[in-house]
Amino acid sequence: MDLVFNLLPAAVPYWLRVGLAGVVCAVILITLMALGPIAYVYVETKIAGFMQDRIGPKRVGPHGLLQTVADALKLMFKEAIYPAGADKLLFILAPCLVVVGAFLSFVVLPFSSRLQAVDLNVGLFYVVAVSSISTVGLIMAGWASNNKYALFGAMRSAAQIVSYEIPAVMVLLTVVMMAGSLSLQDIVWAQAGGLSRWFLFRYFPLMPVAFVIFFTAGLAECNRAPFDIPEAESELVAGFHTEYSGFFFAMFFLAEYTEMFVVSVVASVLFLGGWMAPLPMLQQLGPVGLGPIWLLAKAWSLVFVMMWLRWTLPRLRVDQLMYVAWKVLLPIAMVLVVVVGGLVLWSPTASGFPWDRWAGWILAPLLVAYLAYMIVAARRWSARRTREMAA
Amino acid sequence: MNAEAAVFYVFGAITVLSAAVVVLARSLIYSAFALLFTFFGVAGLYVLLGADFLAATQLLIYVGGILVLLLFGVMLTHKLYDLDLRSEVTQFLAGIIVASGLFVIVIFVAVRTQWATGPGRPPSVTTAEVGRLFMGQYLLPFEAASILLLVALMGAAMIVRRRRDA
Repeated sequence: MDLVFNLLPAAVPYWLRVGLAGVVCAVILITLMALGPIAYVYVETKIAGFMQDRIGPKRVGPHGLLQTVADALKLMFKEAIYPAGADKLLFILAPCLVVVGAFLSFVVLPFSSRLQAVDLNVGLFYVVAVSSISTVGLIMAGWASNNKYALFGAMRSAAQIVSYEIPAVMVLLTVVMMAGSLSLQDIVWAQAGGLSRWFLFRYFPLMPVAFVIFFTAGLAECNRAPFDIPEAESELVAGFHTEYSGFFFAMFFLAEYTEMFVVSVVASVLFLGGWMAPLPMLQQLGPVGLGPIWLLAKAWSLVFVMMWLRWTLPRLRVDQLMYVAWKVLLPIAMVLVVVVGGLVLWSPTASGFPWDRWAGWILAPLLVAYLAYMIVAARRWSARRTREMAA
Repeated sequence: MNAEAAVFYVFGAITVLSAAVVVLARSLIYSAFALLFTFFGVAGLYVLLGADFLAATQLLIYVGGILVLLLFGVMLTHKLYDLDLRSEVTQFLAGIIVASGLFVIVIFVAVRTQWATGPGRPPSVTTAEVGRLFMGQYLLPFEAASILLLVALMGAAMIVRRRRDA
């Protein structure tokens, strides 16, 4: 925002400069984020196709690239239907609240050392706080629809988000203690100096666990599979958005994909070094330009993992879901907070455990190699199956 | 009127109007949803005062926690959410006396108090300072509050347990 602010001539009155800078930033962010889901949905359908041995969208445009554009246009021109007995005011307000809640986080996401709308001092806390607005929107949607499936979905969603918020916030504490700040920019700077300084690879067995807990809880807060019981098709028709059609339905979709992206960016900032390059020397490539590319590469990889999980794992039952949050994730997160807090106070060496210096350099290539092997193996298996089917 | 005052009046209006809806709405669910905007307005006022940590806490605790629980309670008790709230006029005279007395006291306090006004600037880094005060000067009240919350938590768990046994 400061960048845009400084571009405006000083002759313009102060309040107008602030206002214009804010509007310009907001328009840029909203445009980017509204276009993002079109790409995500396309990728998701393609991944689903790959996972289920299908082709996926193929007809509209080359390789079906325009399929989601066509879908989005169709949704926009569809009639918005209001169910009988629905509370029209709340029915319209609900999707707006959900979208606003998802977008508000973008204010503090650091895309590079300078590309950030506002570097709030309480940035991380702010992200956690505004994400609760969407919850109220979901409950509103469920209630206003005057449909018992919608209401059930909303109740489940609220229970799930409230439960999973606790282990997520607990785990955030470990990162905050290590960085000594709530500002997302400071947290990224605390991870400067290459792979092994990323919080994911620090205090080796501890922080990877913290990352897994945060990612799991984040997945649950997005209501994504395997935590998609609020909209479980097989039980609740479509959960809280059963009665929504046309553009309002598209807004829920937009919010869901935006939230996925936000959770991924936050996870990258907290554990994967944000806009820092994996190797310190790569940081010098292009003084400003490459920061957003590193961050987006990390965030999109995590979005891919989310999609991958969705098409791999079956849905959890309601009681299993609560069990995981309260009896598995929360105790581990609490122990982590105490142990990591102690380690930050009385660190064995200046940079944590003795093996922290090289743990990242060994683990990261291993992880990448394993993923590459899995993908190659899957492709080979799929090719063999195709040959068998043909024979 | 400068920009800051304008923003103050906007947030003030949001807070007061939505609070009026909370009190006056016929349907309990409308009251609960209007409370969202009241909390939001108060958070905005905190931001205006430079209390960013407090504003985020306001959203996190009241919107994310208390309001969601409230809605949960209202929706689960289905007799409540269809309830048409109607206040009857009982004890008209006593009500008038109490209300006007309270009004006079509030106005009196608002006018007579020596509000601290001055060129003081809000601190730029609030979180660290808040933390230091909690862990130093105000440690005892802070710990007392946490013990109170712990007791409430255990009480809630106990109530749920007992029902399951019976």
